[in-house]
Amino acid sequence: MVAVIFWIFSAIAVASALLCVTRRNPVASALWLVLTMFSLAGMFVLLEAHFIAAMQVLVYAGAIMVLFLFVIMLLNVGRADTNDLPGWMGHVLMLAIGGVLAIELWAMTRIVPADDIRLPAGTMQQLNEQQGAVQVIAEPLFREYLVPFEITSVLLLAAVVGAVVLAKRRL
Amino acid sequence: MIDQGTVLLGPALIVSALLFSIGVAGVLLRRNAIIMFMCIELMLNAVNLSFIALAQQLGHEGQVFVFFVMAVAAAEAAVGLAIIIAVYRHKQTVDLNKINLLSG
Repeated sequence: MVAVIFWIFSAIAVASALLCVTRRNPVASALWLVLTMFSLAGMFVLLEAHFIAAMQVLVYAGAIMVLFLFVIMLLNVGRADTNDLPGWMGHVLMLAIGGVLAIELWAMTRIVPADDIRLPAGTMQQLNEQQGAVQVIAEPLFREYLVPFEITSVLLLAAVVGAVVLAKRRL
Repeated sequence: MIDQGTVLLGPALIVSALLFSIGVAGVLLRRNAIIMFMCIELMLNAVNLSFIALAQQLGHEGQVFVFFVMAVAAAEAAVGLAIIIAVYRHKQTVDLNKINLLSG
């Protein structure tokens, strides 16, 4: 049952990703990418990552994609009259390179973690039930990964300053 | 009890590989700067999926790293879109074939 739902979500994700890449209109592309992110959030729920699924909807589908749509509207490039899709040579080249990469990655999906580092079956469900979806993330985030967390806050500050400096016409 | 993580690990990695390849193909195919940028976000999402699929079996650290990837993606989107706006102001286009300031 879970596997069936997972395959439905992944079919939606892959189909809308393909549509996102092939649409001429940037607004249509952005909206298909939002659908991809929503179905990825569904897959995260099935993989016992409830908090990350909520963050996926809030941060990616909410904040980042709204920023994209905002820029598309601001620059007025949403018209479909400018075609940037290449001719058949470009398509063949792109399909060849993407296909080779897909085959390479496909070979890597055979990897199974070694038994001695793998957690016993059902550990994640148990932890989620005992501690709740937020605490299981918060515990490692604020203990072992406190320094990377603080560095991330500095990175975000630098990004805010950089975005304002770059986009402002005259400081 | 059936362990979902073991059942879904293979499918999740395959979907992740497909999404990453679609993202790479999009970056190679398109010349619109904004759509290329969206393809990069697609690749980041594909990597997030494989992090979470493996976190099922190896502990919650994988989910913590997805958190960091999201923060970096947000910072990258803000700065990248600011660069696109600055370039558009100079050249009145986001078509990368027409933006060749650095090529002699």
